[in-house]
Amino acid sequence: MKEKTKYIPIPSRSILPERDAARDPVLECVNLGITLGGIKAVEDFNFTIGRTEIAGLIGPNGAGKTTVFNLLTKVYQPTTGTILLNGRDTHGMNTMQVNKAGIARTFQNIRLFRNLSVIDNVKTAMNNEMHYNMLSAILRLPNYRREEVAAHRRALKLLSIFDMQNMADVPAGSLPYGAQRRLEIVRALATNPSLLLLDEPAAGMNPSETADLMDSIRKVHEMFQIAIVLIEHDMSLVMNICEGICVLNFGHIIAKGTPDEIQSNPAVIEAYLGRKKEA
Amino acid sequence: MTMRRLINLKRVEARRIYLTYAVVIAAYVICQVMSSTGFLSSSMRGMLVPICAYMVMAVSLNLVVGILGELSLGHAGFMSVGAFSGVAAAFLMQGVIPFAPVRLALAMAVAAVFAAVAGFLIGIPVLRLKGDYLAIVTLAFGEIIKSILNNFYLGVDSQGLHFSMLTDTTRLLKGGKLIIRGPMGISGIQKIATFPAGFILLMIALMIVFNLVNSRSGRAFMAIRDDRIAAESIGLDITKYKMMAFVMSAALAGSAGALFAMNYSTIVANKFDFNTSILILVFVVLGGQGNMLGSIIAAAVLTILPEKLREFSEYRMLLYAVILIVMMLATNNAEIKNFLAGLNPFRRKEEAE
Repeated sequence: MKEKTKYIPIPSRSILPERDAARDPVLECVNLGITLGGIKAVEDFNFTIGRTEIAGLIGPNGAGKTTVFNLLTKVYQPTTGTILLNGRDTHGMNTMQVNKAGIARTFQNIRLFRNLSVIDNVKTAMNNEMHYNMLSAILRLPNYRREEVAAHRRALKLLSIFDMQNMADVPAGSLPYGAQRRLEIVRALATNPSLLLLDEPAAGMNPSETADLMDSIRKVHEMFQIAIVLIEHDMSLVMNICEGICVLNFGHIIAKGTPDEIQSNPAVIEAYLGRKKEA
Repeated sequence: MTMRRLINLKRVEARRIYLTYAVVIAAYVICQVMSSTGFLSSSMRGMLVPICAYMVMAVSLNLVVGILGELSLGHAGFMSVGAFSGVAAAFLMQGVIPFAPVRLALAMAVAAVFAAVAGFLIGIPVLRLKGDYLAIVTLAFGEIIKSILNNFYLGVDSQGLHFSMLTDTTRLLKGGKLIIRGPMGISGIQKIATFPAGFILLMIALMIVFNLVNSRSGRAFMAIRDDRIAAESIGLDITKYKMMAFVMSAALAGSAGALFAMNYSTIVANKFDFNTSILILVFVVLGGQGNMLGSIIAAAVLTILPEKLREFSEYRMLLYAVILIVMMLATNNAEIKNFLAGLNPFRRKEEAE
């Protein structure tokens, strides 16, 4: 497994005045923006996240949260601004290259390889660390076997984080909903990311499943020491797990801060509940 | 956990692969025994090699349609590239290699290389497209290959190879021979294609496809088929893997074309037209996308059927169409499927989903 940068034991809350993350940011967005069909879906998005930070991205429906993920992973090319990943400008990269540079993601509407088995979903994500060629595969040469065995072991290890190793040979499409969401996270982790983007990981989960998920995310964070950004509507999850929170509304950041600060921020309350005395 | 009994894909896949090999070997042995004991009519014996060639075509197209998930309507084009280059290669090797099976094998290898190159060149523009657009453009390229070969002249004399387009301007020296004669195609082919050679080619094609599917490339093909966006998000190079599948499929089609052509004394480019492409696609669709055994069986049935229906003379194609529709309906009907699955102990678990 790739050696991760050492954990820096400081309470990082870079979303605040970018002070801790500034020492060792994994991702920096400067004035990021995109215009989709004449509408500024995201504008002036300034965001920095430290190497081992868990950050939350929240906001009402249509605020542009998923658009931010799509910008970071280059599903959309940003119209303005810069994204620096590990200090490297991702300008001109495509989704595949961004993944190789270290961003992995999950999707709001689950996108698994439904007809592949669970373990093959994970092994597919390890494609870039396997090097045997087509000829080795067709003739089953020793390097094919060696790399396949190694990948298989590592995939099982990753699956065991979520207690899914016993479902390894089941088609991914036939898994229960919660397991599908977990498998997406495992698949993303298999690409050795330095930044993991989770798009509504708890959507459609019941409270106990959400609690399990929360433990899993913490476990992943401790084991891999990577930065995690999650979009989530489940406030208990966000407030419990995130060190910093960024609130988006109509494509603009309306607040950044610790969970406590966000909970008492009038702008956030207004965005979610509407203004007082409006009726 | 309260979970319905989930199927074990690994076991199902392994079983399916072994079953495919077993069925092919068994069919080969039965056909050999029947033809040596005289149970096989001469018309059936004559069809053994074309059936093998169509089976390989079905397997190779299934790699693109079933595994990669892209519709290709120009597969006969690669078959014809293979047929023409293979036969020309066999002709040129005639003096050098007297042993026919080796010549056939080398000719098929040459055919695979030429078809692979054609697949690569066509793949560059075509694989940028998706879905219906890709299908239409492959159709066009299939027709383009046919037109080119219809206007292609290749001759050999003591000074080497000469070729020309549109009209025969090769101006061969005395003693030279025109191999490919435009719309007249190639005639006077040595019929060196044999049933065992067809069987071996089919086994090789199956081995290539199965081993490829169970490797990182195969997983990438299927990942792209299942979800292109997710495949990109985990760092798969979509274009590279699409090209890989396309070229491999074209190469297999090319060697099948060479085998096919060397079973006849004359071959013309018009033989590999749109109808042939569609026929191969029908094998794949009828046999099941991604199901190699199914498409092999479909290839055999749909090649034999028109011959067997000859006794109905003018109603032949009508009956053929009706049988095709009934088979399509039957293979897509859940009740019939379940009934068949119940009969087959091997398939029971697989269909239980």
